[in-house]
Amino acid sequence: MSTLSFIYENMDRVLYLTWEHIWIVGLSLLIAMIIGVPLGVLITKYENLAQRVLNTANVLMTIPSIALFGIMLPILAFMGFGLGKFPAVIALVLYSQLPIIRNTYTAILNVPPEVADAGKGMGMSQWHLLKEVEIPIAVPIILAGLRTAAVMNIGIAAIAAYIGAGGLGVLISQGISRTYEEMIIAGAVLVSILAIIVDGAMALLERWVTPRGIKVQRK
Amino acid sequence: MDMIRYESVTKVFSAGKDAVTAVDNLSMEIQEGDVVILLGPSGCGKTTTLRLTNRLEPLTRGTITINHQDIMQIDEVKLRQKIGYVIQEIGLFPNKTIKDNVAVVPRLLGWSKERIRKRVDELLWMTNLDPETYSDRYPAELSGGQQQRVGVARGLAADPDILLMDEPFGAIDPINREQIQAEFLRLQAKLKKTIAFVSHDIHEAIKMGDRIALFDKGKLIQYDTPEVILTHPKNKFVADFVGADRALKVLSLIRARDIMNRKPKNILRVTDPAPDVLKFLDSKKFHYGIVLEGGKPMGYVTDKILKYEEGPVRDLVEKYPYLVKGKSSLRDVLSMMLMYNLMTLCVVDDNGDFTGTISYNDIQKSIKESYKDEAERNGERGET
Amino acid sequence: MKLFFGNVYRLFLIIALLAAGIMAERTGLVHYLSDPYEYPYILSRIWEHIYIVVNSMSIATVIGIAAGILLTRSRFKRYAGIVMYVISLGQTIPSLAVLALAMSFLGIGSGPAVFALTIYSILPIARNTLAGITNVPPHMIDAARGMGMPPGRILLEIEIPNAMKIMLTGFRIALVINIGTVALAYLIGAGGMGDLIFTGIEVMMTHKLLAGAIPVTIMALVADSFCGLLEVLLVSKGLRLNG
Repeated sequence: MSTLSFIYENMDRVLYLTWEHIWIVGLSLLIAMIIGVPLGVLITKYENLAQRVLNTANVLMTIPSIALFGIMLPILAFMGFGLGKFPAVIALVLYSQLPIIRNTYTAILNVPPEVADAGKGMGMSQWHLLKEVEIPIAVPIILAGLRTAAVMNIGIAAIAAYIGAGGLGVLISQGISRTYEEMIIAGAVLVSILAIIVDGAMALLERWVTPRGIKVQRK
Repeated sequence: MDMIRYESVTKVFSAGKDAVTAVDNLSMEIQEGDVVILLGPSGCGKTTTLRLTNRLEPLTRGTITINHQDIMQIDEVKLRQKIGYVIQEIGLFPNKTIKDNVAVVPRLLGWSKERIRKRVDELLWMTNLDPETYSDRYPAELSGGQQQRVGVARGLAADPDILLMDEPFGAIDPINREQIQAEFLRLQAKLKKTIAFVSHDIHEAIKMGDRIALFDKGKLIQYDTPEVILTHPKNKFVADFVGADRALKVLSLIRARDIMNRKPKNILRVTDPAPDVLKFLDSKKFHYGIVLEGGKPMGYVTDKILKYEEGPVRDLVEKYPYLVKGKSSLRDVLSMMLMYNLMTLCVVDDNGDFTGTISYNDIQKSIKESYKDEAERNGERGET
Repeated sequence: MKLFFGNVYRLFLIIALLAAGIMAERTGLVHYLSDPYEYPYILSRIWEHIYIVVNSMSIATVIGIAAGILLTRSRFKRYAGIVMYVISLGQTIPSLAVLALAMSFLGIGSGPAVFALTIYSILPIARNTLAGITNVPPHMIDAARGMGMPPGRILLEIEIPNAMKIMLTGFRIALVINIGTVALAYLIGAGGMGDLIFTGIEVMMTHKLLAGAIPVTIMALVADSFCGLLEVLLVSKGLRLNG
């Protein structure tokens, strides 16, 4: 197919764009986690905060992605930043907050209090309990949130090409403006494959990280 | 007229080497107005039998007839609308109010709104739920016991002649269960429905059943009244299932007034003087006498108490710590005897008037009579 | 402590709103929006946007719910697994890619956009319908059957009402994503608010950009709230209680 030959002929560019795409998504996920996970843990301690934080994150996710890009551009321009990867990463970080915070929150609350109680009663230290019980139970759920965020971000990053962030979306945007069909299809297919692979890989990771006991329980 | 008849009913699940025979060649008849308990351990086929009756499970072989009509000849949906169905998990619909839950089958049958409303109120009253309070509530607002009552009301809604109940009280805590069982028996005494009731609890079976059908691994082992099952278990399985304390269980079925001695020979009056009483008791070979006053039992005197005494028995009487009501079960009577260490107690009626005595020997004799045949049978088999 | 956070939050919101207002004024947004020459242009973009959303969502809802229900019927239950897998796969594909592929095979304009969006929106609706109905406790269905409820009645009076909450969540997700994706549909010639946004970015006309971004954001937020209202209307009170 001509799309394949296109990819083959422009392998360098394609690889570069793929790398750019992964870079943007990866960086934003990292930042999102650094902010989101501790926040998620925090709001389990302050119930009244929880509602507000979750609602805010929910609102953020409801806003259409280009709209968020759009609104951020003038704000950042005001602060001296232009188009490019920076606004893209910020938007992606904001978008990923809901799945990450919410899943962290749920994961921590999911550990039944009687489990912690039993552990303490048996003589487990806080750290021990955390390491042996709470984290193993919580991690799969947090990972699931991360997975949702990852797939979402890959999609939004494609749109970010329109604000100069680069990535595989460039193939689509340039393809459309040049009416270069193979380019468009290449872009669309490649970004889809990337999303599917990442989703699958994270699903495997999730399964790997889920303790046997919980897997059985889910059945 | 309602008779549920099972003729060579068989149900096999799966096929080939995975095949499980849940019900094996069952033949039995449930009489109109009877409460028949389908009893047995898990997996014995009792629930399957119930579900075959309203065609929730298809028959593999055999016939089930209701009022001489083969259930396969009736549209299955219409069949079920004519039979009440109450299950253990209750299965109330959380999206409907209590009154809408109860009204389900009447609505399906096309009753008028007014008739439905009256019927719902009536049913809620019958099951001890105040319609004013509960009609418009939702299941989530009710306790387990209340939900189960609604479940029963729902089953009775269209006034079916037959009720199928699958461990309906199983999900309720023991205290409430006692209560709801008693209420149900009162209701059944009034309504006289034909009921097939699945249970795994022998106590519940004895309490609730007119007849018990005991199943094991899909086969019907014994089908008799509770008394017969307790006193004449057909084989070791039945005997084991019923429990080694079945003698005590039989006692709960017999009432004091059934076996009391209405004309005991050692009745005394309060005014009788002690020496005369002593002589009287000696002559009749009694070691104790029962003292009545105004037709009501005061207490008892023993020869030990009477010896060397002069005055009327009134001053010497030992009061009875407990008076047996005529309708008490022998089990309760025996329990009191053990508690107070008295071999004989007086039976009174609702006014407190003396109606007879009941002794440990009387109780023992009645059990012996029940088991008389069993002993003979055991003798044949060479068991003790 | 709680009060402190609450007030800080409120203060923050007010400052943000004020800042936004000032910024909007400075960029000439207000001037732009009140310009009688531009006004009809903006309105027709909004109208185009709504048109595509409503069209694709209507079809998607009907097909999605039907498909979800169908997969719970005993005849088709065995296909549920595969279909769900395919649906999940489909949901992983980025919205821009879906639009781009639609354009490549179907051409430009609102037609291909509606087509792409319909397919994309069926996914969450079907999945949640399936999940919702499957989650209805089987003993409830057993009680209903045992009482003599015909299967049709069971679906309407028991299964769907009890699945409604989850189904509505699916609808909400689909709707919000739909509104956002229609903003992209401009790129394949379908018009809509994307017109203002992308043109605004390209020529760096901030007021145009905001004239597109803000309404579409409001649209999404309103739709989200609307779904909240739907929940109150459609989900039985008995299910919303925390019994």
